Amino acid sequence: MSASVGSRRFIILVLMTASLLGSLFAGLLLGPADIPITKIPGILLGSFTGQALLENSWMESILIDVRLPRILVGALAGSCLAICGAVMQGMFRNPLASPSILGVSSGASLGAVISLYLGLASVSAWILPLFAFVGGGLTLFIVYHIASQRGHAAVGTLLLAGIAMAALNSAISSLILALSLDSWGVGKSIVYWTMGGLDGRTWDHVLLITPFALIGIFLLLQYSRSLDALLLGETHASSIGVDVARTRRQLLLITACLVGAAISICGGISFIGLVVPHILRLILGPHHRYLLPASAVGGALTLVAADLLLRSVMPEKTIPLGVVTAAFGAPFFLYLLVRQRWTVRV
Amino acid sequence: MSDEINLSCTNLSFGYHKKTVIDEVSLDFNPGEFVGLIGPNGAGKSTLLKLLLGLNKPDMGNISLGKNSLNALSRNEIAKRVSFVPQDHSIDYAFNVEEMVAMGRTPYLGNYQTESKQDLEIIEAALRRTDLFELKDRPADQLSGGERQRVFIARALAQQTNTLLLDEPTASLDLCHQLELMGLLCDLTREGHLAIAAIHDLELASRYCSRLIMLSEGKVVADGLPNEAITPDNLRRYFSIEATVEVDDLDGCIRILARQPISSLG
Repeated sequence: MSASVGSRRFIILVLMTASLLGSLFAGLLLGPADIPITKIPGILLGSFTGQALLENSWMESILIDVRLPRILVGALAGSCLAICGAVMQGMFRNPLASPSILGVSSGASLGAVISLYLGLASVSAWILPLFAFVGGGLTLFIVYHIASQRGHAAVGTLLLAGIAMAALNSAISSLILALSLDSWGVGKSIVYWTMGGLDGRTWDHVLLITPFALIGIFLLLQYSRSLDALLLGETHASSIGVDVARTRRQLLLITACLVGAAISICGGISFIGLVVPHILRLILGPHHRYLLPASAVGGALTLVAADLLLRSVMPEKTIPLGVVTAAFGAPFFLYLLVRQRWTVRV
Repeated sequence: MSDEINLSCTNLSFGYHKKTVIDEVSLDFNPGEFVGLIGPNGAGKSTLLKLLLGLNKPDMGNISLGKNSLNALSRNEIAKRVSFVPQDHSIDYAFNVEEMVAMGRTPYLGNYQTESKQDLEIIEAALRRTDLFELKDRPADQLSGGERQRVFIARALAQQTNTLLLDEPTASLDLCHQLELMGLLCDLTREGHLAIAAIHDLELASRYCSRLIMLSEGKVVADGLPNEAITPDNLRRYFSIEATVEVDDLDGCIRILARQPISSLG
């Protein structure tokens, strides 16, 4: 590989990371309460060293307990969704693959909707994520078992089974929503949850997603070589030493955990898992050793930036985050499809 | 890598659904042999190669690689011993030639490990040997069919295996590159490698291979030196052609003149 291509990719990665850090800082700065930019580093430092100044206490609680968990949850969830999208598109050699196509997202949503409907979600911050997690995992389990024979899952069957399960899951979610419309509070919370958002996220949510995100992303990065090989087809991959069936099983399990964790804490945020990897693939090429870390950073950047946009343009309205990601993601993706009509592929 | 590794199969049977494709095949292969697998379409050549590579699991019988049964080896361990050049060599992705060849080092590298100096030397040697060094920065999806075929051969070389399996390696090459490839495989077998190639071109196979195995309907019907396997009688019985076979006095090459097909309708 020529050095210039490699360094160009490296520069892009560095630029993306810098933008992510910038948008995270902007996320701390922005909000209805006016906290001067000069005070932020001091407050953060003070809070982590346990030497907070009394005069800053209200600023500290807004920064540390409201804004910081919000941007952290957004960044981690965005990372999880985008890297899972990149992995799924690669492992199935299918440009349509994304966390939603195997039914994992809709299964997690259904679990969450059930917990909201039963009123359990208000008991503890951990109940809804738990339900979402079980829903996503159960769906993947069913899909995989329908599609697999003797440890080998046919890709076409897997994707079709995923789509069918997704349809079933959302039908049940809609049914529950229709049943709960009588009590306005429950119905409203379900609607808002399914549209996705980062409002009112706490350190509980950060604690929940952090281990999944860190361990999961670390594990997925190990598969870049195998994913490159899988892009060329099963025969190629196995002839250079990749155990295709086992690799697919492991990747399915890891991505299900990541997607379940992400969806369970920030709701139905669509399009990040589908679009972010495609955009990065057009810029960086198909190599997973660049694509996977770039997707993790790009997903975080996209979600934090979308949240930022939402809070700065219309702070008084509570517009769900999923609406922003889909509203900007879909047209941009369509533009890419039109421009690169025949070259958008995994 | 040990020179003592032999590849063999005993009583190998395999079928898709109920149709038997490979029927009780027993074969021994030795280092230094250049084996041509010949036979009419559907005789089971590709399937036999995939069985030997462990891509398909046999319904019956056993394959052994040196002291080990193929079943007992992981994909990674097999990939250090046997490389494969598939028939389908489409590349839809913008990997460049060097990256494609570098994939041959996969079995030797850890997940986060990058290619060492030694790996890079092996990759460069494979590129030079297949005449691809000048093309190494070209995107592989923009190459001609023949160039792509050579990319996969280079990748197999980078894998540094004792055994090479090739499915129709000359099918998409022009005459010059056909001869070059067969010559390269000959050289490799002289260095002690084992090469097994499914080949359609009987004259080409008989000229370069040290041993020909003729398959028909999943059975081995001839196994031996080229002039023992390719006879008018075998061509009539298994290839359904009336043909004359001549041995050239000058170079010992076999010339086949196919005169007419024998219609199975009688």
